[in-house]
Amino acid sequence: MHAADQPLLQARSVNVTLDGRAILNNVDMAIYARQIVTLIGPNGAGKTTLLRVLLGLVSCSSGRVTRARRLRIGYMPQRLRIDPAIPLTVKRFLALNNRTSRSAVRATLAEVGAAHVENSQVGVVSGGEFQRILLARALLRRPEILVLDEPAQGVDVAGQGDLYRLIATIRDRHGCAVLMISQDLHLVMEASDSVICLNHHVCCTGQPEAVSQHPEYLKLFGAERLGGIGLYKHHHDHVHDLQGEVVPLNGEPNHGGPDQRERDDVHG
Amino acid sequence: MFMDDFMLRAGGAGLAVALVAGPLGSFIVWRRMSYFGDTLAHSSLLGVALGLLFNVGLNLAVLAVCVTAALLLAALQQQRHLASDTILGILAHSALALGLVAVAFVEGLRVDLTGYLFGDILAISDRDLWWIFGGGALAMLGVIGLWRPLLCMTIDEDLARVEGVPVTWVSVGHMLLVAVVVAVAMKIIGILLITALMIIPAATARRLVSSPEQMALLASLIGGGAVIGGLAASLQWDTPAGPSIVVVAALAFVAVQLVPHRRMLAGR
Repeated sequence: MHAADQPLLQARSVNVTLDGRAILNNVDMAIYARQIVTLIGPNGAGKTTLLRVLLGLVSCSSGRVTRARRLRIGYMPQRLRIDPAIPLTVKRFLALNNRTSRSAVRATLAEVGAAHVENSQVGVVSGGEFQRILLARALLRRPEILVLDEPAQGVDVAGQGDLYRLIATIRDRHGCAVLMISQDLHLVMEASDSVICLNHHVCCTGQPEAVSQHPEYLKLFGAERLGGIGLYKHHHDHVHDLQGEVVPLNGEPNHGGPDQRERDDVHG
Repeated sequence: MFMDDFMLRAGGAGLAVALVAGPLGSFIVWRRMSYFGDTLAHSSLLGVALGLLFNVGLNLAVLAVCVTAALLLAALQQQRHLASDTILGILAHSALALGLVAVAFVEGLRVDLTGYLFGDILAISDRDLWWIFGGGALAMLGVIGLWRPLLCMTIDEDLARVEGVPVTWVSVGHMLLVAVVVAVAMKIIGILLITALMIIPAATARRLVSSPEQMALLASLIGGGAVIGGLAASLQWDTPAGPSIVVVAALAFVAVQLVPHRRMLAGR
């Protein structure tokens, strides 16, 4: 464990130029133990590049990146496609390069809600299942920090909320920090301690509620994304579990009723 | 039926090459590097020409050129302006053309190109046999030693890098091992057909297995079977040995594709 006052990952005045294009411009950020920090920003804003710089996969043109010594990182890349030519079961993929036991593999798969694919070939699982498998693999490294690049991609809208709630519980259960990229502030609101809005430079940063009101954020995403204004809200009378099965919400199927549930699906 | 000494030598050499071609060929299939193997093989003709021109041992010259070509390719793949298959195409054909031109400069010696292009088991001397056994054993030890990091980086380079795998060195190591096998296998199977002995058995094994290790092992067995079958056919019908081996391997590939899918093991 690292001292709580020392950042696990820190970028100081980081500039990155790729092929003559400035991707990151004077970016400062830090993440501390047990913190959940979310990077948001439009496409092409340099979010993935910032993660890759912090992980040491891309070198910065100027500035400094520091990582805590011998930091155990669990990484979930944005796009990982395992070539179907490689015969590989899920449990083998999870144990590969990890000093772990079969029971730990099983328990972690159960924790992320993917226990049923343990013996499947990685090539045949669905996109959502594969994201959970990647999360399980990151967790099996007993990380001090999880770095997640759009963890909910390929997951349907209902499942995305579940996945972000799962990530929040993982922080509590494993005591690790979480640094993630997300497209949607609404979904990560309740899970994040801090949000960094990035558009090549850090536009604004702070608690999710504060960022969602920030003029820079509104300028980037447009006012229609501001919570509550011009949004079509409705309630579902059922939800889908991780395998896509219908699970009724206990209680009356009160469409549009006044009872505010946690699962408002928001269509903006 | 008499069994000549040269048939035993050819059989021993062929089996040694097939054994190591199993695991190395599996990685070539997984990493989509079959064109890389071809490029190395084509450049080995330049090794033959240089060996003849400067009166150096042919085995040594071919090995040196193959290793140099592998390192050159590894370096060229670091740049991002041209796709790697373009670079391989340029190098493969330039090396082959350069080799053919250089062979023409060899004075007072009519070089039998067919023997180099398609293999010549009659030409395998005891010294060649030791090269094949030595090179094969070296490549086998290398691929076993690199197995886990190579498998990790084959699945995903970024993930492997974050997990501490020295990706660049492992990749160069794999290329060098392929170069060694290409160099020692030239005599038996020929420049134009070496890649076939690496990828056809591995591709044949794919449908029948559910783990990377099974695929490597089965590829070795299928390759060994193709060598024995091909040499037997060559002896029986006086066909060229290298092509006969490849034809047997290709027949095995076709046969496996014809087996109905549901009878397969947990493949795909």
